[in-house]
Amino acid sequence: MTNNTNIDKINSFQKQEQKQEMKHQVITFVLMIVFTLIAFLAVASDLDKIFVIPLILILAVVQVGFQFYYFMHMKDKGHEIISTLIFSGIWIAAVAILTFTTIIWW
Amino acid sequence: MSIASTQKRGFGAILWDYLTTVDHKKIGNMYIAAGAFFFILGGLEALIIRIQLVKPENDFISAGLYNEMITMHGTTMIFFAATPLLIGLMNAIMPLQIGARDVAFPFLNSLGFWLFLAGGLLMNCSWFLGGAPDAGWTAYAPLSVVSPGHGTDFYVMGLQLSGAGTLMGGINFLVTIVTMRAPGMTYMRMPLFTWTTFIASVLILFAFPALTVGLFLLMFDRMFGSAFFDIALGGNSIIWQHLFWIFGHPEVYILILPAFGMFSEILPVFSKKRLFGYTSMVFATILIAFLGFMVWAHHMFTVGLGPTANAIFSVATMAIAVPTGIKIFNWLATMWGGSIKINSAMLWTLAFIPSFTIGGMTGVMVAISTADYQYHDTYFVIAHFHYVIVGGVVFGILAGLTYWWPKLFGKVLNETLGKIAFWLFFIGFHLTFFIQHFLGLMGMPRRYWVFLEGQGLDTGNLISTIGAFLMAIGSVVFVYNVIITSIKGEKAPADPWGDGRTLEWSIPSPPPEYNFKQLPLVRGLDPLWIEKMEGNNKMTPAEPLDDIHMPNGSILPFIMTIGFTIASFGFIYQVDHSAWLIAVFGGMAIALGTMLARSLKDDDGYHIHKEDLEKEVD
Ligand code: HEM
Ligand SMILES: [Cu+2]
Repeated sequence: MTNNTNIDKINSFQKQEQKQEMKHQVITFVLMIVFTLIAFLAVASDLDKIFVIPLILILAVVQVGFQFYYFMHMKDKGHEIISTLIFSGIWIAAVAILTFTTIIWW
Repeated sequence: MSIASTQKRGFGAILWDYLTTVDHKKIGNMYIAAGAFFFILGGLEALIIRIQLVKPENDFISAGLYNEMITMHGTTMIFFAATPLLIGLMNAIMPLQIGARDVAFPFLNSLGFWLFLAGGLLMNCSWFLGGAPDAGWTAYAPLSVVSPGHGTDFYVMGLQLSGAGTLMGGINFLVTIVTMRAPGMTYMRMPLFTWTTFIASVLILFAFPALTVGLFLLMFDRMFGSAFFDIALGGNSIIWQHLFWIFGHPEVYILILPAFGMFSEILPVFSKKRLFGYTSMVFATILIAFLGFMVWAHHMFTVGLGPTANAIFSVATMAIAVPTGIKIFNWLATMWGGSIKINSAMLWTLAFIPSFTIGGMTGVMVAISTADYQYHDTYFVIAHFHYVIVGGVVFGILAGLTYWWPKLFGKVLNETLGKIAFWLFFIGFHLTFFIQHFLGLMGMPRRYWVFLEGQGLDTGNLISTIGAFLMAIGSVVFVYNVIITSIKGEKAPADPWGDGRTLEWSIPSPPPEYNFKQLPLVRGLDPLWIEKMEGNNKMTPAEPLDDIHMPNGSILPFIMTIGFTIASFGFIYQVDHSAWLIAVFGGMAIALGTMLARSLKDDDGYHIHKEDLEKEVD
């Protein structure tokens, strides 16, 4: 008896989890479409370049974040090593780009 | 299984076995054998260089050949000797240390080995095909772009092939360590050699792409008329130096970190004491790797980066001496109060500590950017990096080989011969390179074909050459030891040193193809030692005896490599005649075709059955 209720509990917990997960996925998906639309609209409109370029870049960074964290599950447990590696890679690339832009191509 | 393996097999069968093997131990042994071959080759080149420099204005070899010698010596030693010898040891030992049955991607492992070997052989083919690369192991543009003949093309394609192989090896080790540790083997229970393998693999993953990009740019400049490094057409030759050293400095840490790891294994075993400051050792390793990526411009102080950039890179470089110092003190403290046994593995380790420290000190000297205007491109720098690379990496490899030889090949190396080899090599090493500090300070430039009489450089150079011959004799004794041991040596038990602490000493020497009959349960750092202290002389299994799933061997990596090699020859020679494009397309077709075959055909491997395992005695 007790066994059964436990399993039921686990099942309902898992269902809850999956529902939550689905909700996150849908929300991020909608947000990403919205971001893309904003990016397109910003380019299509007559706004100043100084404003449009940083905006698009920021939207892009956020989208990459969504991609990594929500669609590629980096927010879930057991991905610590992977995110450390990704961030180390980003850091190293950033240092290289910084040096290149400052002391080679200034 | 066991019946088949005890029967004598023909040469053909053995050859086929090695061509198709995906067993990490066999691949590791092949890496070591190939690395040793290239080490001897690079050593011969070094002797020729030293003979040329034995007296002023010598004409033993021509200036052109001298340039080829120094280029091939450096390239061979770094890429085809030191790196593969280390990767071989990592391959053979690391899975055993974490209690795994193989690496994560056995097929990729085999491909990585064959690509490395093909790259090394391809580059050495240049000797017979119109001249070897001659622009230095650093291949600085614009010299490397305009260097006539095909030498530098061989450099580019050879490094591209072997670099791809090394990258695969690194990724493979990373995934293996992240996913295949035995039950209970948490990160902070991993032996230091596994840790340094892990961190060195991270360095490989992030550093080699910079070399790949640089080589592609150089390839396009030389073969397809682009102008990335051609100032006249709007390019910038300094970009090569940056790309090379963004790779190059981490590369020296790819070499030294595994050596640090090996010393950290040997010292506790022969001091009968647990490694002092395990956590700080791990932390120092990570810190070295992190800083190692932010110092590359210390090779370019005299390029004219400006005082700000020089200052930043100078300080960052000196910072690396701190974690390195932490390690040195930890090793010393490990021995403190231990019951120390001095055998040849331990001799290499003891010799490493002061030798490497001297190299680290001259490192901090050359890291002072203002002073480096004096040191740069003199023999002082040669002395610096040979102290760290020979005194650190080569001593490490020889120590590691001596220590793990029984695990790799089932026989303990002869101690007397090991000690003779050590003393000859050790004395020869210091004779060769210590004097070079002073030659450098007196102004002897590196990479020059001759030096002049009457400048006070004669005696120093003579001593240096004598030292080089002592090192050569030491190496010959080591090789002789290997041969004698394989003929006469007695079979080694699982734990030939008696004081083994880590998992590899809990299984037979050499281990069966599946390594662990049952995966061991790890209860702490130095798991075997813990069991010994509690009176069990073997590991507690973490699983019941069951069928073991094994990967099938495959000839595809070998064929794929042949395809890429043919394509490389095609790239090199299509400049002369477009008919060579056939080789490019043909070779690529073979390589891509094998990839397709591999992707389409499922290979589920095979099982070693429980009943067969039960029959085998430990
Ligand atoms: C305390 C640590 C170290 C410091 C501060 C340091 C610093 C330097 C600096 C500043 C140079 C450039 C000198 C010049 O060209 O004028 C240099 C060259 C070099 N170092 Fe180190 N180093 C250190 C450790 C190592 C280690 C551990 C290795 C290898 C295992 C290594 C290998 C090399 C090599 C190969 C070169 C010469 C490359 C070339 O120009 O051909 N160094 N080092
Ligand atoms: Cu460096």
